[in-house]
Amino acid sequence: MKINSRDDLRLAREAAIAEMKSQTKRVLICAGTGCLAGGSQQIYERFKTLTEGMEGVDITFAPEAAHVGVKQSGCHGFCEMGPLVRIEPSNYLYIKVKEEDCEEIFQETILHDRPVERLLYELNGVKYKEQEQIPFYAKQTRQVLKNCGHIDAENISEYFAVGGYQALEKALFDMTPEEVVDVVLESNLRGRGGGGFQTGYKWKQVARQKEKIRYVVCNGDEGDPGAFMDRSVMEGDPHKMLEGMIIAGYAVGAQEGYIYVRAEYPLAIKRLKVAIAQAEEAGILGDNIMGSGYSFRIHINRGAGAFVCGEGSALTASIEGERGMPRTKPPRTVEQGLFAKPTVLNNVETYANVPLIISNGAEWYHQLGTETSPGTKAFALTGSVKNTGLIEVPMGTTLREIVYDIGGGVKGDVPFKAVQIGGPSGGCLVTSNLDVKLDFDSLKKLGAMIGSGGLVVMDENTCMVEVARFFMNFTQNESCGKCVPCREGTRRMLEILEDIVAGKGTMEQLDILQELGEAITDTALCGLGKSAALPVLSTLKNFRDEYIEHVMDKRCRTGNCQALRRYIIDPSKCKGCSKCARNCPVEAITGKVKEPFHIDTTKCIKCGACMENCAFGAIYTEN
Amino acid sequence: MLEQSYYDKADEIIALHGIAKKSLIPVIQDIQAEYRYLPPELLSYVAEKLGIGEAKAYSVATFYENFSFEAKGKYIIKVCDGTACHVRKSTAILNKLREELGLSAEKHTTDDMMFTLETVSCLGACGLAPALTVNDKVHPAMTPEKVTELIAALKKGEE
Repeated sequence: MKINSRDDLRLAREAAIAEMKSQTKRVLICAGTGCLAGGSQQIYERFKTLTEGMEGVDITFAPEAAHVGVKQSGCHGFCEMGPLVRIEPSNYLYIKVKEEDCEEIFQETILHDRPVERLLYELNGVKYKEQEQIPFYAKQTRQVLKNCGHIDAENISEYFAVGGYQALEKALFDMTPEEVVDVVLESNLRGRGGGGFQTGYKWKQVARQKEKIRYVVCNGDEGDPGAFMDRSVMEGDPHKMLEGMIIAGYAVGAQEGYIYVRAEYPLAIKRLKVAIAQAEEAGILGDNIMGSGYSFRIHINRGAGAFVCGEGSALTASIEGERGMPRTKPPRTVEQGLFAKPTVLNNVETYANVPLIISNGAEWYHQLGTETSPGTKAFALTGSVKNTGLIEVPMGTTLREIVYDIGGGVKGDVPFKAVQIGGPSGGCLVTSNLDVKLDFDSLKKLGAMIGSGGLVVMDENTCMVEVARFFMNFTQNESCGKCVPCREGTRRMLEILEDIVAGKGTMEQLDILQELGEAITDTALCGLGKSAALPVLSTLKNFRDEYIEHVMDKRCRTGNCQALRRYIIDPSKCKGCSKCARNCPVEAITGKVKEPFHIDTTKCIKCGACMENCAFGAIYTEN
Repeated sequence: MLEQSYYDKADEIIALHGIAKKSLIPVIQDIQAEYRYLPPELLSYVAEKLGIGEAKAYSVATFYENFSFEAKGKYIIKVCDGTACHVRKSTAILNKLREELGLSAEKHTTDDMMFTLETVSCLGACGLAPALTVNDKVHPAMTPEKVTELIAALKKGEE
């Protein structure tokens, strides 16, 4: 049905709500990347067969359905907790569901409304029947992610049923473009992609340009290792983001929008394509939207594997068919962005906030979060934490609340060490920062940034020097090579870090690292270059003693740095068989047969061949 | 020269995206999806059709990591070395795969053109670390033992 007026939208919504209500039972099966890998497709098929011919039962196969992060055992990911199945209206959440459990769920829950106890989530001896009671969810404030997992992402009707496109309706029929800009400006919505720049201000600047051809671009090139918030929105609630983009287009007078999605997210691309096609069919996108006279189209561009394309000017260059390299500014993107026209460029989560603000007003938005950073923020909580997953909390929530109350604490009850925030552009937060409020300004003071929202928890077993090397390796690899500080500077920093983890570092190099890092921060061309040294500078500041241990004592306390491990033969266990010496590729092992052998640590290359070949378990390593 | 069918396919893909400078990346993405690599001859062909200099097209194709001028194996295995996977020991997974397939940091594709092994910065499946993909299908929570099983299954054609 084509929506040609406000009445049509109301009718579509009423029909969609009636349709949802007629379903006495809804079975939501997670179709997220993780649960699919765990076999949720088969579960979906099984439920389909079981409920065939039944009235009022709807089987929905949705990504992130009911899911995100409920799991006890950290490291093995959702797959170990998933596949997840949620049954509405009772809101029972079943974990680790197998194909053979479907029959029992069908008999007990679908036919008789009884929970299947053995499939419920359990924590500290308490079984949680309803998803909303599980501590992981109870402590969150899900605004942007509200629909993720609760509606079918490939069905626009379900988005209508939960009030979708009402914000667009309000903007198109009750507000002027200027009023829309003003509300967003008043809400003080700040860019969720990292910088925290005021969204409304960007819009205002674009709206007042002389050039009348303007573009709206969505940055879905979520390349930070350890971040998947935007993916979840694109996969789980694509219409919310589209709605935000159309509103932005109306506010700044643009007729075309582009979504740039990284190629590594094929499911997100597929879902967005479906969503755009359905919106066009419904008259929500295209010419004369809902009969308002306003027209807007959205195109999708796939990334091609360049991290730097997350930077605004590189991203627009890539859409134009160029090498994705940032350029000097000014002119800024708001003046000359895509195809050298004024361009609004925001990320996925930012656009997904817009419908909420338009529907509820700027004042409502300020009720959440802090004064200078209102609203909520989605974070991807990963690493050594019990409950990993996608979370959404008000801005200003402390790290302690996130790691301990929502995350359930550090996995394996090893002491907490640090949280790496903001990926390769961010820094680390340590134990003394646990009570810091996470918002744009507080983090900036600490030399870290929210970035796109990746939170990687690290425990005492993680070597911070190695982490710094890892990030530098990443940035160095991804540097586009246009400016010298980033191209050459990150390479030199990486070389030094490689020396240090190999036990060849000097104290002087620590000073060079610091100096280089500061120089790159001051002089690189783009935001990614400017922040490239942050992981190193931040670990140098907070974990200097670990760097010094690597340099002076040639020791890595965590054992992560293999080159610093020492292989030692226990004389009491060694039988003197000489097998180790024969297997040593560098002749570092000597001794007389039938007497304990000895490893010359200066010759040893730590290959571990001796240890592998010892039949008596006489060789051990020391960190 | 490639077989004529390659050029016909390229024409078909160009028609889909339209003759414009901005079509270059989508066109060569589709070509790569079709042949699992980007035949250099086709890049030159596409450049000419779109009115882009050959050197320019080459500069774009080499800038992005996704494009490969070399033919790839039937199974493309991508090991995630993102933060979460790295912390969860993805290096051991990579080493095991290299060992099983007789590949190295320099040699990415097996001689029988069955397997290509690559690393990626982040698959966005951090909750499933360490993860890898085989032709875009995610295999979560990998261990060196599971690698052995996976390769055996792929060789038998079960996956």
